Amino acid sequence: MSPSFQPRRSECAAVTLTIVVIVTALSGCATTGESGNADPIEPANRPVFELNQGLDHQVVRPVAEGYEAQVPGPVRSCVRNVFSNLGDIFTSVNQLLQGEPGKAVSDISRFGINTTVGVLGCFDPASSMGLDKHKRDFGETLALWGVPPGPYVVLPLLGPSTVRDAFGLVPGWFLDPTNYVAGPAAIALKGTQIVSTRSSNLKASDLIDSAALDPYLFTRDAFLAHRLDQIYDGHPPIANADSAQPDVN
Amino acid sequence: MTLSPTHALRERATSPMPERRGFKFATAAAAAVLIVLLALLAPMALAEELAPDALIKSLTADVTAAIRQDPAIRAGNARRLSELVEAKIVPHFDFNRAVQIAMGPNWRRATPEQQEELTRQFKTLVLRTYSGALAAYRDQAIAFGPLRAHPGDSEVTVRSEINQPASEPLAIEYDMEKTGADWKVYDIRVSGISLVATYRNTFSEEVRNHGIEGLIQQLSAKNRQAVTARARS
Repeated sequence: MSPSFQPRRSECAAVTLTIVVIVTALSGCATTGESGNADPIEPANRPVFELNQGLDHQVVRPVAEGYEAQVPGPVRSCVRNVFSNLGDIFTSVNQLLQGEPGKAVSDISRFGINTTVGVLGCFDPASSMGLDKHKRDFGETLALWGVPPGPYVVLPLLGPSTVRDAFGLVPGWFLDPTNYVAGPAAIALKGTQIVSTRSSNLKASDLIDSAALDPYLFTRDAFLAHRLDQIYDGHPPIANADSAQPDVN
Repeated sequence: MTLSPTHALRERATSPMPERRGFKFATAAAAAVLIVLLALLAPMALAEELAPDALIKSLTADVTAAIRQDPAIRAGNARRLSELVEAKIVPHFDFNRAVQIAMGPNWRRATPEQQEELTRQFKTLVLRTYSGALAAYRDQAIAFGPLRAHPGDSEVTVRSEINQPASEPLAIEYDMEKTGADWKVYDIRVSGISLVATYRNTFSEEVRNHGIEGLIQQLSAKNRQAVTARARS
């Protein structure tokens, strides 16, 4: 929370070291002549971005719009809360890894209360009890441990990321209970999650469409700025007027 | 004479009529004096500078109240919303500074005519995005953080948060500068994403590829496209 926040390094994380090596190696081989370029693999990213956009316009977005039009608001909010509640497990683990045991306890208590009193997370009584919602992911944890972001990467289907954050998705995958459901139920669950998330992003994506001259650049720069803001808990270092995207470290 | 409001109330409760008339007269006299004083002081008070966070707070209160009370805006009437933004927000926003931030070093390479056109087009673009974000507002509570500034500062950031059910609050930050006696906003950041600075790379890329004229054309094409899109919907 402190504004004078500095990323910490952990001495004992061999995993971190490995990721640092990989990220650095990737940044090294991908770096172009331009110094401080946050997007050296733009030529590879753009086609993936177009692919994701195409898939969104053709399939995900229309389904999400239908979902928003057909399903009543309270049901949609219930579905959104159920997935958000499952996310609190992972948030709690990351709070612990980020040296915030108090918040870890608060977040896992949220999960406990909302899963029971809140009917499997459909409602959020924990918030009214003063346990505020947080969101922490493993990419942020790695950043606090000193892992540099590496180049900006657009992941197929998953969208904007960095090399570091892409690694951060792996433990998140293992800590997401929906990934332990097998068979057709798994597809239904994932599908619902995607449609629910997309439907709550409809207004934001309309806004990007109306604001962006180049949707790729706008999405990239907005994502990187937002990510930096998350990692520094709302107080990122003042950007150098001449560098478009300051480095985390 | 009444000693204190509570004392007056107690007096009123026990022996209503005579005391009450006296109280009423005193109040009326005091009110008359106050009105005269206010009438004399009002122009001075208005001329005095408004603290940047007080300005944002009162603007936020005004605009959210207007949205709450206007069924047309709530139903998505874009023209009504843009009228509101034009009246309330535009006078307190420095588009000149904003466009210079978005342009970076290329600003100085533009002719005065190009600078004027860039400012005009960028203003339209930024206002459209801002209005679009405002249209999504639905009675959420907005909280303000303490202003971290020193008395002599001419640049401050006013921080606010929109509370949303079952999710983290949305941070809205206003970068402000003091120009003359007034405080003006030159950038707004929503969860770290700048309404202005996000364009830096886009603009420099466009200028590199197609020059400043190319950027102006791209901006005006984008703005025209948005007008026809709005007319269609």
